[in-house]
Amino acid sequence: MMEKGTWTVKVGHAQMLKGGVIMDVVTADQAKIAEEAGACAVMALERVPADIRAAGGVSRMADPTKIVEIMEAVSIPVMAKCRIGHFVEAQILEALKADYIDESEVLTPADEVNHIWKHDFTIPFVCGARDLGEALRRIGEGAAMIRTKGEAGSGNIVEGVRHVRTVMGHCRKLQNMSEDELMAEAKTIGAPIELMREVKSLGRLPVVNFAAGGVAGPADAALMMQLGSDGVFVGSGIFKASNPEPVAKAVVRAVTHFNEPEVLAEVSRGLGEAMPGLDLKGLKPEELLSYRGW
Amino acid sequence: MVSVGVLALQGDFAEHVSVMQQLGVNTLEVRHAKEFDQIDALIIPGGESTTMARLLDLDEMRESLVRYAKEGMPVWGTCAGMIMLSTWVSDGRPEPLGLMDIKVSRNAFGRQVDSFEAALDIPVIGEEKFHAVFIRAPIVDHVEKTVTVLGRLDDSTIVAVKQNSLLATSFHPELTKDYRLHKYFLEFIHKRK
Repeated sequence: MMEKGTWTVKVGHAQMLKGGVIMDVVTADQAKIAEEAGACAVMALERVPADIRAAGGVSRMADPTKIVEIMEAVSIPVMAKCRIGHFVEAQILEALKADYIDESEVLTPADEVNHIWKHDFTIPFVCGARDLGEALRRIGEGAAMIRTKGEAGSGNIVEGVRHVRTVMGHCRKLQNMSEDELMAEAKTIGAPIELMREVKSLGRLPVVNFAAGGVAGPADAALMMQLGSDGVFVGSGIFKASNPEPVAKAVVRAVTHFNEPEVLAEVSRGLGEAMPGLDLKGLKPEELLSYRGW
Repeated sequence: MVSVGVLALQGDFAEHVSVMQQLGVNTLEVRHAKEFDQIDALIIPGGESTTMARLLDLDEMRESLVRYAKEGMPVWGTCAGMIMLSTWVSDGRPEPLGLMDIKVSRNAFGRQVDSFEAALDIPVIGEEKFHAVFIRAPIVDHVEKTVTVLGRLDDSTIVAVKQNSLLATSFHPELTKDYRLHKYFLEFIHKRK
């Protein structure tokens, strides 16, 4: 008997990605550069978040031709994004046999009330979260992996730090709560109580938790790792840098040796101009991608 | 006291560390060649074999790992680790360590939607079936006479092999609560001592 699409194989796939870097790519050539640099997976996209931000308008799932082209170019796992709540885009990505779906706030949400019921799918999902309640709601819907959102396409790590600290700090608080306090807390943050109990006993999220949004180089990546992330997504940070290849290699090495400043000093040398960064203070909440979804 | 190293360049090394700690064994996360000196056995965990191979070369660990293994240090590879231990890889990437006389096919069952769980017969660890988790798993296509087959799927596909003190499994015993294969691997160390 071979059982496919079980919770164990969905969560397990994310466990295999740990300690790794997942890179956004928009062409087969970029995917090959990412694989060569040591990426543990790639995210196939029409545009990187910095360009999505610049272009405005409605941003949708990538053209299947592009996703398949990238899947054929590399042997590492290929993820693809669908819009929040757009379960038909998710069905299409499953039919294409992508390895993981990112139900992502980087694309324009299709449903402002409901996220996808992800348990119905064989393909696993990763979802973004700004805080513990959001993370546990997504896991409750079937997300087998979480990424803290950060602010995609900004080249600014400040939101990424805020989100990972919020999630990790809240997990630590739960460990010291009694059962009655836990129920009250579940009500306050709108999270399923069973998952709250799991967090209390584990001291962390019950699934793999990567950091995303604003990682612009090896130091940012190592910072997210030291704050407790299991791995890192890098979007615009690589292919918007002046010299993508060395940046990609440096970030991979920084995530493995995140606790070794000597190695970080070595890999940070001479990487050229990082991607242009955005000061987020000038933006209105509705201009922040991380405010999409709940 | 015995110390088991887990190659911690990328992948689910923390899961192997946790199982070994529950079995009361000293563990070490290995990220540098000099650390091979401090361990009695090594586990190469699941993860991405291309990523691991690249980091192994960047950190100049390949040569020492091969040397220690050839001197008899027990090494166990799970999934990506099996690919690393092999001598021939179907699509030619990554460059394996060439320690076991096996040929492997990567992602042999297909992509993630084809990942699965199945019960296996592995006689060396007892009669009870072993519940195995296969994730974008490789298989062993061919073994030389030097290799012992320990486990197969129902269709006779080879998924667990042993050669002297080297062990390789296509699946992930570190993701389940059945620690028999971890205990079996620990016997390799005691036999050597």
